[in-house]
Amino acid sequence: MSKTTETVRKTLRKRYRAERRFRAYGIASIAVGILAVVVLFTDIISKGLPAFTEAYIQVEVVYDADTLGVAVPASEEELMSANYRGVVRQSLYALFPEVDGRREKRALGDLVSSGAEYWMRDRLIENPSLINKSETVWLLADDTVDLFIKADDEQREGSRLNDRQREWVQTLEDDDRVEMRFNASLFTHGDSREPEQAGLWGAVAGSFFTMLVTLGLSFPIGVAAAVYLEEFAPKNRLTDFIEVNINNLAAVPSIIFGLLGLAIFIGLFGLPRSVPLVGGMVLTLMTLPTIIISARAAIKAVPPSIREAALGLGASRMQMVTHHVLPLAMPGMLTGAIIGMAQALGETAPLLMIGMVAFIVDIPGGPVSPATVLPVQIYLWADSPESSFVALTSAAIMVLLGFLIMMNTIAVVLRKRLERRW
Amino acid sequence: MKLKATFAGLATVLAIASTPATAASRDYISIVGSSTVYPFSTVVAERFGKTGGTATPKVESTGTGGGMKLFCAGVGTDHPDITNASRRMKQSEFDDCQKNGVKDVVEVMIGYDGIVLANSVKSAEMDVSVKDIFLALAKDVPNPNGTETLVANPYKTWKDVNPALPNVKIEVLGPPPTSGTRDAFSELALEGGCAKFGFIKAMKATDKNKYKAVCHGIREDGAYIEAGENDNLIIQKLEKNPDAFGVFGFSFLDQNRDKVQGSKVDGHAPTFDAIADGDYGVSRSLFFYIKKAHVGVVPGIEGFAKAFTSEAAWGDEGYLADKGLIPMGKDLRNKVAKSVSKLEPLSGKEL
Repeated sequence: MSKTTETVRKTLRKRYRAERRFRAYGIASIAVGILAVVVLFTDIISKGLPAFTEAYIQVEVVYDADTLGVAVPASEEELMSANYRGVVRQSLYALFPEVDGRREKRALGDLVSSGAEYWMRDRLIENPSLINKSETVWLLADDTVDLFIKADDEQREGSRLNDRQREWVQTLEDDDRVEMRFNASLFTHGDSREPEQAGLWGAVAGSFFTMLVTLGLSFPIGVAAAVYLEEFAPKNRLTDFIEVNINNLAAVPSIIFGLLGLAIFIGLFGLPRSVPLVGGMVLTLMTLPTIIISARAAIKAVPPSIREAALGLGASRMQMVTHHVLPLAMPGMLTGAIIGMAQALGETAPLLMIGMVAFIVDIPGGPVSPATVLPVQIYLWADSPESSFVALTSAAIMVLLGFLIMMNTIAVVLRKRLERRW
Repeated sequence: MKLKATFAGLATVLAIASTPATAASRDYISIVGSSTVYPFSTVVAERFGKTGGTATPKVESTGTGGGMKLFCAGVGTDHPDITNASRRMKQSEFDDCQKNGVKDVVEVMIGYDGIVLANSVKSAEMDVSVKDIFLALAKDVPNPNGTETLVANPYKTWKDVNPALPNVKIEVLGPPPTSGTRDAFSELALEGGCAKFGFIKAMKATDKNKYKAVCHGIREDGAYIEAGENDNLIIQKLEKNPDAFGVFGFSFLDQNRDKVQGSKVDGHAPTFDAIADGDYGVSRSLFFYIKKAHVGVVPGIEGFAKAFTSEAAWGDEGYLADKGLIPMGKDLRNKVAKSVSKLEPLSGKEL
């Protein structure tokens, strides 16, 4: 046996061990990552799931014209401002006829959300013939009742409901007059200070318009810049300087773009505060570097032979770019754009500066109506005192994560499907 | 083709962007200002929007100072109509308003907010004085040996501060210096306790800056933990750590009574009535300010002010009380409501 073989044999086991350790480190790192994701998701999902249902209370309502304070037949104006509160309360008093005294009656009335009144208004405006008739309906419960019903015995101890209210809810539960339903208002309503009526739709619409503006601005600008830098620009100090700066811009903290937007778009151009248009313009500044860098990489990946062939057959340089390079680079550029959009969708800091952190109830109708966006909605709900907002916050995070996962999946699929290997 | 389409898209977006008409008219009320008043302002805004037939006002939470700056920047629909404040407008802010042409400003006082020192319901309720709070949290305190000098805060536990208090490490989670709650806490609790020491109080006349630095300076050795502006987070942390205390607004205590309890300050528990009567000392008045020049230009401002100052909202049993706003006395309410309905502007002398 030679000396080398002997040394090798001696150290062989040690080297195998080192190899195994090395792999174990890698696996451990991945495990830490997965663990973090699992912990995060279980926490969010376990907190957020209760927000997807909400409690309803079954009552028999009498749409009494006198209580409502309307004539028969009632005009729409009268119905807009009728006393629905009275009708809702009457229906509750009918369930608990023994309740007496102003204070007690008030406590009983508090079991039902004020949203029930607006629901009733819409129902009567649609069906005015219901006046002076009665029907059995499910009314939305107040958020404290909702929390009480969802809570276990120990948590019920600390409920904000008083003892009488607890008894009433218990009786309603025993009579099967309480039902948990899917919280549709979460996906159809705008923001509200009453947790049981608060919804994400306003924020989703706001995010949509903001993203539309961002995409509409950043994609064409980004692609045009990338094409020029890759295909036409001479290589000199100036273009080097520009390249360094684009990379720099990608690393600038996003709040700086917000300050810039505040000073230029709102201060100088006089655009209104809190609108998706300005939000989209600010986020454009933020996503441009991402899009330019990925578009340049995609253009670089198109083999030079294709360019030479096109030029050789008599195409102009513009034809070469628009007919060949761009279509071939498009999947890569789209992937970059989607990833940039996903980043922009999750951004709050620059929007703080331009007034998009605001309480907005009405669903935005376009890029110039005031709006907020999904991550800002999460921030606002996380800061609200009512404890039902804890669940709503997590639910909103789930929706945002859903959108992000969807966008990233589209990016991956696009890349897999359309990518060409040369 | 594709390229042409994208360029056309770009052109449209730019065309929308450059339309100045969007800023010239506004059919919704724009409200900015204090994050403490935000929960109340938003509730009124929401109800107003649902019943008033006008668009729901937009409420931004910018902090009192930030709101004043935006509010006083000028007249015209680019600027907000109303600003919320967790303290009264300062003379300097009023002057700033005047300078920028915001001549007539209507002040509306809406009620009170208490600031509480709270801990988890799992531990015992504490009864402190403002002096104890000052000694526990100030950066420099009077020398414990009795001489009239200041030393860096030596106290480690509440018992060190006052033998009647439990032997628990001082650990208080509270808002950062940018917060209005912190300003009010420094002013009412810390300064209140600090003024109990004669020699520091005497400083106010001789060296006002030093007095302020001593009375408002919060220790930085880890006993006071800045927990950010998110009060829910403070409550979560108190739940996990029964020995810790938190500083936040009364509305958060009121909404989370199952998790936290407020300490008594100078013998008074932070209850609705004690704050309304002024017995509980660590409380402040809340306001909003209306730009009179915008009344009639932006629809609904008068209606909003009326809705806010109606008994259904700010009354003893109004919906704002449910949200934790502490109502003013009936007489004061009537007086304010009357002056609001006439839109009487500030003369500048009251401040």
